[in-house]
Amino acid sequence: MRAVIAEDSVLLRVGLIKVLEMGGFQVAAEAGDAEGLLAAVAEHRPDLALIDVRMPPGFTDEGVRAAMEIRRRWPGTPVVLLSQYVEERYAADLLSANTSGVGYLLKQRVADVADFVAAVRRVADGGTALDPQVVAQLLLRRDSDPLARLTPREREVLGLMAEGRSNAGIAQALVVSESAVAKHINNIFAKLDLPVVDADHRRVLAVLRFLGASRA
Amino acid sequence: MTIPAGLTRTVLRAQRDTGFLAAGVLPHLALVPVWAWAAATTARTGNRLLTVSVSAALVLLGTPVLTAVQRARYRVLIGVDVPRLTPTAPEQWTWASTARWLAATRPWRKIGYHLLLGPLLALLELLVLAVAAASLAGVIAYAWSWALPTGIRQDWFGHLTQLPAYTAAGLLLLCALPWTARAVARAEARLALGLLGPSRAQRLQERVDQLAVSRTDLIEAVDAERRRIERDLHDGTQQRLVSLAVNLGLAIATRPDLPSDAREVIARAHLEAKEAIAELNDLVRGLHPAVLEDRGLDAALSGLAARTPLPVRLRVDLEERVAPDVESVAYFVISEALTNATKHANAMRTEVMVSQVGEVLRVRVTDDGLGGADAAGTGLTGLAKRVGSLDGAFHVSSPVGGPTTITAELPCAR
Repeated sequence: MRAVIAEDSVLLRVGLIKVLEMGGFQVAAEAGDAEGLLAAVAEHRPDLALIDVRMPPGFTDEGVRAAMEIRRRWPGTPVVLLSQYVEERYAADLLSANTSGVGYLLKQRVADVADFVAAVRRVADGGTALDPQVVAQLLLRRDSDPLARLTPREREVLGLMAEGRSNAGIAQALVVSESAVAKHINNIFAKLDLPVVDADHRRVLAVLRFLGASRA
Repeated sequence: MTIPAGLTRTVLRAQRDTGFLAAGVLPHLALVPVWAWAAATTARTGNRLLTVSVSAALVLLGTPVLTAVQRARYRVLIGVDVPRLTPTAPEQWTWASTARWLAATRPWRKIGYHLLLGPLLALLELLVLAVAAASLAGVIAYAWSWALPTGIRQDWFGHLTQLPAYTAAGLLLLCALPWTARAVARAEARLALGLLGPSRAQRLQERVDQLAVSRTDLIEAVDAERRRIERDLHDGTQQRLVSLAVNLGLAIATRPDLPSDAREVIARAHLEAKEAIAELNDLVRGLHPAVLEDRGLDAALSGLAARTPLPVRLRVDLEERVAPDVESVAYFVISEALTNATKHANAMRTEVMVSQVGEVLRVRVTDDGLGGADAAGTGLTGLAKRVGSLDGAFHVSSPVGGPTTITAELPCAR
C-alpha cells in the first residue's frame, strides 16, 4: 500500500516514514504544506494520506481543509489527520460526509508504534480511527438526545466503536466477553432506532449518530 | 589647599539659583509696559474701550508665549518640569464643549501669573540680585574703596576704620545668599506649578489614564509572551520529544531479537519519553493552550472538561469570541476551579457555565464537594488577582459541607 505524508516538521516526518514502512506502507511522497500534499495525492493516488492539521503558512487548520479537498476530489481516499490538540469540529467536519476511511489522532499517539500502525491500517482498509480524547470530548456534549437513553456502559461501547475498534477490540478494552459486547451493541442499535441492514453499516450509522447528533 | 566638596556644591547651586532668578526679571516684567501704556493712554484720551480691548488682546497673545518662556526657564535653569496643559480636544465642537475645553486650559491662572504676580516676582528677584551685588561689594570693599575720590570715600565709609564692618556685613550676606536664592526659587517653582501647570485633579486624571494604558499593555505583553512560549514548546520541544518516542517505539517494534535487558531499557526510555510529552502538554495547557488561541473558549473548555476526571456539565453560551485576555482569564478561572474540585473538594460532579450578558462575560463553576475552600489561599487569590487585572469581579462561596461556587464577571466590551 502506498501512502503520502504531509508534515511540516522534518524531524517528525522522518519518524512517520519509518513507522509507516514498518506497518507495510510504501511512502510515495512527502510534503511540507497543503499545496504540496494535493499535488502529491493527484500524482500518486495513494492508499492513505497522513496529514498534520497545523501546517504553513497559517499554522491553523490547513491540514483539515486539505483533507476535505482530497475527499471531495478523490472520494474514498483514506485520510488520517494528526493534531496537537483535539478540536471536535475538525472531526465532525471530516466525518460528516463519509466515515469510512477517516482517522483523527493526537500526534503523540504515533509513539505507541504498534497501536498507531493498527489504527492507520484500519483507516486504509476503510475503517475509522478516532482518538480516545476526541471521543471523550464528543461524549461530553451529548446529554440531551437519543444517546442519553444509553446506559454508561453502552456509551462506553459506542465510544470505542467510534474509535474504530472491532468487537474483539472492545471486549479486550473493557475486559468483558465478546458476546457481552455484541449484546451491548444490539442494545445500542435498538435504542438509536437504526434500520436493520448489515452489521457493518449499522455500526457506521451508530457512530455517525453519535458524532453528528448535536451538529444538526 | 583643597576646597570642601560641600562648599563647591553650595557655591554652584547659589550661582544656578541666582542666574535663574536673574533670568526671570525680564519675562516677569513683560506685561508691565502693557499696563503702563493702557493707564497712560486712558488718562490722555479717555477712550477706555480702545485701551482695554488692545491691552486684552496683547495679554491674550502674550500669555502662551510667556508661559512657554517660563516653562523653558524652570526646566533648563533649575530642572523643574512644569507639565504642559493640553486637555484632550472635544469630539464635537459645540459652544459648551469648547468652553469646557478652554476652561480646562485654566487661562485665568496663567494670565494672573504673568499680569499680576509677575511684577511682584520681578521685584523679589531684583531684591535678591541687589543683595548679591551688595554682599559681593561689601566683601571686596578693601579692593575698590581706595579708588574712590576722597570726598565720596569719606561720605560713604566715614573713616577707613569702618571698612572691616562693611566686609563683615558683606560676608554675612554672602553666606545667607545661597539659602535666600534657594528659598525664592522654590517659592517661584511652587507658584508656577500651581498656576501654569495642570490642577491636582487633572494631574491625577492623566496619571490614571497612563496607568490604565500601561496596565493593559502589560497584560497584553504577558499574554503574548505566554503564547510565544507555548508555540516554541509545541513547535520545537514537543516535536523533538514525539520524534524521540517514535524512534524508541520503532526500536522496540522492529528489533525483537535484542537481549531482554536491552529491550527493557529501551521500553523504559520509551515510557519516559511519553510521560515527558504528557507533562509538557500539561505545562503548555497551564501557559496558554493553543486551542484557546486558535478556536476560542468553547473549544478549549470542552477539551478541558474532557480531561477532567469528574463528570463536567458544560454550558457555553457565547455569540462570538471575546478579547484574548478575557478568554485567557476565563479559561484559567475554570481550569483552576476544576482542578480544585477534583483534588481537594472530593466532588462527584461539577457544572461550568459561561455566558455573555451585555458587556460582561459571566463564568460560574459549581461543584458538589466538601466546600470550605479557603478564599485567601494562594490558588484562589491568584485567580482573584488575574480577574482583578481586567477590572472584573471574583467571588467564592464555599460553606463547609459544600457546595462550592466560584463566579467571575469579566468586562468584555470590544
